[in-house]
Amino acid sequence: MVAIEDYGEFETAWCPGCGNHSILKAVKQALTGLDLKPHESIFVSGIGQAAKSPHYLKTNVFNGLHGRALAAATGIRLANPGANIIVQSGDGCNYGEGGNHFLAAIRRNVNVTLLAHDNQIYGLTKGQASPTTTQGHATKAQPRGNPSNPFNPVAVAVAMKANFVARGFSGMIDHLADLIKQAARHPGFSLVDIMQPCVSFNKVNTFAWYKERCYEPEAHDPHDWSQAMNLAVQWGEKIPVGVIFKGDRPTFEDQLPHPTGDLLYHNKVNRGKLKEIMNSYA
Amino acid sequence: MRKELNILIGGEAGQGLVTVGELLTKALVRSGYSVHVTQSYMSRIRGGHNTFCVRTATGDVHGPDKGIDILVALNQETIEIHQDDVLKDGLILKDKEISLDKQGLVDIPFKDIAPSTLFENVVGLGFLSAIIGLAQEMPEGCIKSVFGAKKPEVVQKNLDVLSKAYDNASQLGLEEFKLDKPENKPGLMMTANDAIVLGAMSAGANFCSYYPMTPSTGIPMSLNAKGAAMGIVVEQAEDEIAAINMAVAASYAGATAMTATSGGGFALMCEGVSLAGMTETPIVIVVGQRPGPATGLPTRTEQADLNLVLYSGHGEFPRAIFAPSGPEQAFDLTRKAFDLAERSQGPVFILTDQYMADSYRRVDPLDIDASQETAKPLDSCPDPQSYERYAITENGVSPRLVPTLGEYLVVADSDEHYPDGHITEDLKVRVKMMDKRLKKEDILRSEIAVPEYWGPETPEDLVVCWGSTLGPALEAMQKHKKGTMGVLHFSQVWPLEKEHFQDKLLSASRVVFVESNAGGQLARLITSLVKPAESAFILRYDGLPMDARYILDRL
Repeated sequence: MVAIEDYGEFETAWCPGCGNHSILKAVKQALTGLDLKPHESIFVSGIGQAAKSPHYLKTNVFNGLHGRALAAATGIRLANPGANIIVQSGDGCNYGEGGNHFLAAIRRNVNVTLLAHDNQIYGLTKGQASPTTTQGHATKAQPRGNPSNPFNPVAVAVAMKANFVARGFSGMIDHLADLIKQAARHPGFSLVDIMQPCVSFNKVNTFAWYKERCYEPEAHDPHDWSQAMNLAVQWGEKIPVGVIFKGDRPTFEDQLPHPTGDLLYHNKVNRGKLKEIMNSYA
Repeated sequence: MRKELNILIGGEAGQGLVTVGELLTKALVRSGYSVHVTQSYMSRIRGGHNTFCVRTATGDVHGPDKGIDILVALNQETIEIHQDDVLKDGLILKDKEISLDKQGLVDIPFKDIAPSTLFENVVGLGFLSAIIGLAQEMPEGCIKSVFGAKKPEVVQKNLDVLSKAYDNASQLGLEEFKLDKPENKPGLMMTANDAIVLGAMSAGANFCSYYPMTPSTGIPMSLNAKGAAMGIVVEQAEDEIAAINMAVAASYAGATAMTATSGGGFALMCEGVSLAGMTETPIVIVVGQRPGPATGLPTRTEQADLNLVLYSGHGEFPRAIFAPSGPEQAFDLTRKAFDLAERSQGPVFILTDQYMADSYRRVDPLDIDASQETAKPLDSCPDPQSYERYAITENGVSPRLVPTLGEYLVVADSDEHYPDGHITEDLKVRVKMMDKRLKKEDILRSEIAVPEYWGPETPEDLVVCWGSTLGPALEAMQKHKKGTMGVLHFSQVWPLEKEHFQDKLLSASRVVFVESNAGGQLARLITSLVKPAESAFILRYDGLPMDARYILDRL
């Protein structure tokens, strides 16, 4: 049996009260709940406060470049069909700099789980608007109010029939841990968009703001795409949390011409075959 | 009888001129002749003026040449553009509907022989092969192997057309264009891109992510077509940024990874190059150069991305850059690139160009069995609990393990990190890590593919060139009247050790840098290490490949 302690305790670089602390707890709970040993997972992240999360876990880590975590995770998945791959990064990283990779990952349906820490603000660079910042929200960089319409990752993922789409809240740790567990178990691309407060730079979408609005819809069938779409666009006085959509598109890896089921590392050069290929140039 | 022929086939894109050219080249190579193909095409799929030029010889042939022995005109425009390049004793083959009043013309009754326009290119192939004296079974065999995958009746129809063309051509009584017996054995016909693919596969490459861009697309395309059966994963990424990040991360996860692109695509990849440098992840990057800046001349050739590749990526980290002269060297250096990338745990580049990517050559069978295996990550760890991905070692190389294979943890980071891979802002650790990473350049410096020299002991004019310009430089040397010219070729352009070339540079009366760019990019690197007494430049940047006459005219 795997215990929470197996994942270690680290000093973090996060502000007291930051939603990241709770998300880290939920991740540890999910990993132990899945009975995964530390070396069986690979955590992939980009840049930002959220992207530091994997450093506070005993696990394999590829902490790459800003916005590129999903591209990196795709490469890792193609090289390693068996690992539990979790991508962890913020709204700026995944939906801004990495927007193209987000769309491509859903289209490909690579079997990875994306935990998007969504605090609707840039924390590491001290408070500029992010792709999910509400229109009109005034920030240091957008003092007259953010002029852009916010990106709705959950609605986009449902619209594109991502295999698993959920919305969580850092203030609901057990609920979030359960979502992460379900997402990791579900084959194909899984998104858990996690609402979290930024105590330093987002004075609008606070812990209390989210707490007031989050609710678990009753009798929602995540296999019903139209219902899912309705929930995905619900945002304002009430914000639904939980599993929004579940799909069953075949995974990208299963559609490769030669799914090996083994690490590419074990692939040996077939000299006989290679000679045949060379002779085809005669 | 001829020892050498320069055959230019011209027409619109979509007329099948590449098929004729490739079949003819294959037939020549299978017969034992040397070939050198220069393809010129426009950035469009149909129409425009394209050429496929085959220079063939009974002995070796080094580069392209001006002056056409046989011009095959598939349209009127070809005649208009190229008729003045046809030599006095040359020949023009054209459709009888194409009008021109000139000596040395042969009308090919394309329409009379071909059952439909689809077969007109085989008519051209038949006439051409017959006139230069290839036994009919040579083009026949090529048709069978190239069209073999199609229906048998398609192959038979083509063979019938070929046979009719041979009969027609034999009635012309043209004897003076027949080639002498070849000096070599039958060989393989391939481009440098093909050789890179074979070199990569023989080095164990099993992952390639890319975004399509001329002239490198052929590499992932044929890795995909030919390598799938060997379990090689090829992924068309959403952009070049994704392509390099995927490849670096796949390498972290144990794959032997590469990517291929051109200057514009590589500009986007630079951030990922830096990632490979910081995370100490092996990756081989092929950059097929074409003229810039920006989109430049997308289908032409140049050697102007050396600086981009040399200085790509922010921060400082070691790298090696190879610049093969043709297919044979491309094969060997690709194998070496993979080995060196793994042993130095970082990025290694192969710089080619459009000219070389599209230029078919005759090649002797390659050493596919290559006795020496290329390096791979470790498969086990004596003490998993204390494993550190970036452990400080004497030569700077830390043990590289594959995540999830054992109970150790592999932590890789783009941020500055401790030996265990976790991030730090400890500035003393920073210095230690920088020193460790930079130390790996010693490995690269000890493995340099040294520049090769041809020519007299102390040349008057020492031509210094790199990559694809070797062939034209060697031919210029052979044609040089006084015989006082020498050629020094760099197949590796970084790192450089002056001990490898300073004697040659200092003993020559004059050093002439020959490069397909406007800035003399290699010259600047070389002269920063060794200053020759007198130097000159022959630079070409009109999008066309370097050739011997271009060099001799300016020497």
